[in-house]
Amino acid sequence: MSRLGLRLLTSLFFLSAAVSPVTAQPAAPVSEETVHEVAAQLRCVVCQNLSVADSPSEMASQMRAIIRDRLAAGERPAEVQQYFVDRYGEWILLSPPRRGFNLLVWLVPLAAVGVGLVTVAVLVRRWTCHRRDHRPTRVDVDPAMSERIRREVDSGP
Amino acid sequence: MTADLGYGMTLVALVLAIYGGAAAAVGARAGRPALVESAQHAALGVFVLITACFALLTYAFLTFDFSVRYVATNTNLGTPFYYRITAVWGALEGSIILWSWMLGLYTLILILRHRDSARELYPWALATMLGILAFFLLVMTIAAPPFQRQVPVAADGRGLNPLLEDTGMITHPVALYLGFTGFTVPFAFAMAALITGRIGDTWLVLTRRWTIVAWYFLSLGLLIGGWWSYHVLGWGGYWAWDPVENAAFMPWLTGTAFLHSVMIQERRRMLKLWNIVLVILTFGLTLFGTFLTRSGVIASVHAFTQGSIGALFLGFLALVVLTALGLVAWRWEAFRSQGELDSVVSRESAFLLNNVLLIAAAFTVFFGTVFPLLSEAVRGVKVSVGAPFFNQVNVPLFLSLIFLMGVGPLIAWRRASLESLKRNFLWPVVLGVAAAAAAFILGVRSALAALTLATTVFVGATIGVDFVRATRARLRAGEALVPAVGGLLRRHNRRYGGFVVHLGILLIALGVTGSHAWSVQTEATLRRGETAELAGYRFRFDDLTAVEESNHFKVVGAFTVSNGRVLDVLRPAKKFYPQEQSPIAYVDYRLGLKEDVYLVLGDFARDGTQATIKLQVNRLVSWIWIGGVVLTLGALLAILPERRTPA
Amino acid sequence: MRRLWRWLIPLAALPVLALLAYGFRVDPRDIPSPLIGRPAPAFGLATFEGAPLSLAAHRDKVVVLNFWASWCQPACYEEAPILERNWREYRDRGVVVVGVDIQDRREPAEKFVREFGLTFPNAQDLTGAVSVDYGVYGVPETFFLDRQGRIRVKHVGAVTDAVFRANVDRLLAEPGSP
Repeated sequence: MSRLGLRLLTSLFFLSAAVSPVTAQPAAPVSEETVHEVAAQLRCVVCQNLSVADSPSEMASQMRAIIRDRLAAGERPAEVQQYFVDRYGEWILLSPPRRGFNLLVWLVPLAAVGVGLVTVAVLVRRWTCHRRDHRPTRVDVDPAMSERIRREVDSGP
Repeated sequence: MTADLGYGMTLVALVLAIYGGAAAAVGARAGRPALVESAQHAALGVFVLITACFALLTYAFLTFDFSVRYVATNTNLGTPFYYRITAVWGALEGSIILWSWMLGLYTLILILRHRDSARELYPWALATMLGILAFFLLVMTIAAPPFQRQVPVAADGRGLNPLLEDTGMITHPVALYLGFTGFTVPFAFAMAALITGRIGDTWLVLTRRWTIVAWYFLSLGLLIGGWWSYHVLGWGGYWAWDPVENAAFMPWLTGTAFLHSVMIQERRRMLKLWNIVLVILTFGLTLFGTFLTRSGVIASVHAFTQGSIGALFLGFLALVVLTALGLVAWRWEAFRSQGELDSVVSRESAFLLNNVLLIAAAFTVFFGTVFPLLSEAVRGVKVSVGAPFFNQVNVPLFLSLIFLMGVGPLIAWRRASLESLKRNFLWPVVLGVAAAAAAFILGVRSALAALTLATTVFVGATIGVDFVRATRARLRAGEALVPAVGGLLRRHNRRYGGFVVHLGILLIALGVTGSHAWSVQTEATLRRGETAELAGYRFRFDDLTAVEESNHFKVVGAFTVSNGRVLDVLRPAKKFYPQEQSPIAYVDYRLGLKEDVYLVLGDFARDGTQATIKLQVNRLVSWIWIGGVVLTLGALLAILPERRTPA
Repeated sequence: MRRLWRWLIPLAALPVLALLAYGFRVDPRDIPSPLIGRPAPAFGLATFEGAPLSLAAHRDKVVVLNFWASWCQPACYEEAPILERNWREYRDRGVVVVGVDIQDRREPAEKFVREFGLTFPNAQDLTGAVSVDYGVYGVPETFFLDRQGRIRVKHVGAVTDAVFRANVDRLLAEPGSP
């Protein structure tokens, strides 16, 4: 876009005398923390992977205002979340609802950790047993030499 | 003219790379060193050509050559000089050139370093490198050509994505790509080992430094990405578990596992198969990362354009993974070796546990990232898997890993006696528990935060215990303090380099815990002169000014921050670029060791009398960046050449 | 038989690769709406001229509800003349086109309406409540409502003549409310 375009854009801002509406906050006693908590579970629909709480976009700001209004009207956080799910689908929740197929996303990694730990336990058991069977015969060490070694080992890092 | 010249060079480079790869492979198979030498020359030629392409493209950017489509789409006459250079790798085509250039560079270094050292492995490693390089050149030629002609030539370009006008732009992709491409070399040697059947320690020893360097650059790239996100993207965070962030994090996790398990192979000759699989997994994940970024299969803030390029990358990923794992299966017999452990309580066990946790974390991140796709395939329902899930599942894993970080370096190899356990861990455990108690007394009520603090102190104490004991032994032997410490670090640079890296990770963990557990935020709409309060700070809205810059229009708000006395005036802004549909928010902040004050400008009234701001007080975030610096020092220490003679 | 187990290792990669390949067939940005078939949410806005605008006033008509913004280029600019043209053609046949402007400033929005000579009712959704009520996640999005006031089709992206006519004709052909 040319310099002219830039000028047009800037003049747009200076020419308009009307005060543009700013998202006003209602006078109800809803803690910002609660709004933040609810908003943190919802996905900002115009960003990628940001929560409504985090996103600096205008859409997110409007969504936060809606959350605030609904909480002020007495709705519980779960109900506010459900309101958004009814309109956008499960996709709007940043963590899938823990039902049915979605449980897999928690269970499969848990199973993976379990499998890993069990594998290591089995291998360690197998390798230590193997070691015990293959232990070499003891070699007799001269006690004076043994003492010298001990002194040196104890003094070094 | 520029476009044609560039395209021609790319084509020649592609042909050379294919020839070189084939020559090296044939030369290795048939035992003809002349062919291998010819491949070396081809590699040099490829590097020179890619460098020329890069230079030509940069020149086109600097001279506003809008006859090249890539230049026209990514700059305009208003783009500042500095950003015209960094714009070269700002979009898809340029990123492929950067990747190819680094691959070429690494291939050259591989040639210079290893052509005489690993006679058997070297030609096959070279062939693998050239083969991979050929693929990226192929992408450059047919799917994402940077030198496409723009007809008709416009008078002005579209302009750089404003989010990329930042110093992070020069460092983040460069560091990240150096890390990604760095893992190609250990992979190439692993392939060579599998092909020749020499799956012993040679390939491992040769690639040790490569692995540390690649791992370091990947860490750096991730940290810079976090820093860039924190101070540019305006959402107050540094990590969003975005699919492309995850795609860079997964190879880091498996790469870290690899770094540790090679130590078991070095000491005890075990885990040969596992190490080869790990390096294949790591390299495969780097390819998966490029696939994810460029295919549009999973929506992400980083995603470049869609198109046939996605299919190309998936095809290559499939080829690499199936071939490599197929070779592993083919060489299965050669991996027969009896593992032997003296005791369950030993460093070997700690390292094994470390590997399990890291791989489990990588798997969790992977599964969470592809789950939306899986859900759609199976149920036809789109779901999102975001930060809440990843934080929930990964926190216990990472906490356990940090705990292991304290146990591993101090527990003895083979068998740790009860006495050595007491000697090494008594103080750290005591201090850790004391830290938890102190946290509780000071008002920390989150069990997780207290546990993390305790673990961090525990690990810090183990590092301290080892360091103090070692220094004391040297002092007792008659050395002065400074030479003792210096000598210690130099003589055992691998060990202490590792310690310093661990220390860096500890600081990062501290920063992450602080920012998650104790950060606060709020939103407020203020008229001029009004104040908002948060965490002991007061923010007064002073003014709103409009400024015109060379390629954008900026609205800046002035806010005075005070906490009893005036601290600063913060100026968060909103920038309006003609080529972007919505304005970009630019944060302003005041950084500190204990906390950062962070301000984002939201809506505002046109006449400047009212503004909405998002306020954040983020705690301990600066320790993440400090941890990054410490990590750098540790990595540098670790890759110093070994001293043969005692210090 | 034991020799064959080792080949599980490379084979294990296949399902993952297949899943990734499946990803090419879906568009991650295309979110299906759960509101299809449900009654359209009511709203009460004021047009740019100040007249009240609501769905109740257009009961028994087929409603084409279009969400747009003046900064939405080029899609909104492409579909505006199409919407206007079809509005003029269908307005006497029991169809009404309603435009809702979201996340916009008044000045550029009015300019948009003037530029395309839009004669169908347009209102600004200042708080975003209406757009969220309809599950809007981008512009332009167009909803086709039947005569019973239910949402039947959600079209994401610029509306074309073909899309407009196909949907409206189908909904017109259906019997009205009892």
